[in-house]
Amino acid sequence: MIYWQLFWSFIQIGLFSFGGGYAALPLIQKQVVTVHGWLTIQEFSDVVTISQMTPGPISLNAASFVGTRIGGVAGAVVATVGNVLPSLIIVLTLAWFYFRYRSLKVMQGALYGLRPAVVALIASAGLAILFLALFGKAELPISSADISWFAVIMFVLAFIYVRIKKPNPIIIIALSGGITVLLGLIGIPI
Amino acid sequence: MPEKKISKAALYWKLFSSTFILSAFTVGGGYVIVPLMRKTFVEKLHWIEENEMMDLIAIAQSAPGPIAVNTSILVGYKIAHVPGALITLLGTILPPLIILTLLSYVYSAIKDNRIVKTLFFGMGIGVAVVILDAVTSMATTIIGTKKILPIILMVLAFIATYILKWNIVLIIISCAIIGIIATMLPLVCKKNPPKEGGNT
Repeated sequence: MIYWQLFWSFIQIGLFSFGGGYAALPLIQKQVVTVHGWLTIQEFSDVVTISQMTPGPISLNAASFVGTRIGGVAGAVVATVGNVLPSLIIVLTLAWFYFRYRSLKVMQGALYGLRPAVVALIASAGLAILFLALFGKAELPISSADISWFAVIMFVLAFIYVRIKKPNPIIIIALSGGITVLLGLIGIPI
Repeated sequence: MPEKKISKAALYWKLFSSTFILSAFTVGGGYVIVPLMRKTFVEKLHWIEENEMMDLIAIAQSAPGPIAVNTSILVGYKIAHVPGALITLLGTILPPLIILTLLSYVYSAIKDNRIVKTLFFGMGIGVAVVILDAVTSMATTIIGTKKILPIILMVLAFIATYILKWNIVLIIISCAIIGIIATMLPLVCKKNPPKEGGNT
């Protein structure tokens, strides 16, 4: 029962990947490469590459990619549903608690401490993405040879534009992509 | 809750189309979609308060699974309960499902295309701008409270995650406990309602 195996594998990936994003990587590798041999390690590394370039969380991307390879479109659907099922149940339970008990002092206290933490976590992830765009890698240290001056200038201009004009984020992302391709085509070093 | 003028069908459609578009255009992993959702549902539609959105993101972080999926379930539940949660979940998972299913057939043909690579490089810059814009707005809100504890917690949590590479779940639990202590302690000591100092 290939569909059942896909479903069950991606339930485990969804259930045990805390912290989002890259936290799911080793779990996906274990299920897809080590336990079931659905992908070779090279193919798995390709999936990771695709995930960097396409929308959506990596575990959902892997679910669709692997599911399609193993069981066609039905396989992709089964793996995706399995991947989000634990989230759906756990998050809905937490949401129910939150909206019912948030006026409690204990809950308010917890959230009072959590709000600043959330800003810090997003800032940290945002910096990693910024460094990846500007320097080609997400972590320090960075040498001056790594710096893409094109990306630095694009970033500064776009950031000023966003802070002043508050445009729709999708427009900013599409504009950045479009302008970069245009400049690349007319021969500007990027 | 959105104003009553909107019919249920229109509300569901708006929820689906908003999350579908966000999910279809957010390249670069789970965290990217969170500031975008905040922008759409807090700043544009005014369906969720800024503080409530931060709460929902905190809950999304403390549950297993992709942050984007968890946040969209919470946003949908907040706006239209369980049907809303299922609709936003569907809107979020459909774009990667469609795109990756197609890509798994054509990947080898396009993976070395220079224009495709340049396009995604440029979009990556735009994504960084959008996230740091959201961080700036959220941090301004925290600093604007002029309370010392949240500001210290924000700085400490940043050091813990970015420099010390602590486990995210550990950071979240620690901050929740500190928040509970700071809120309950003045009550236990029979003082006035919380006026937190910097005693972490």
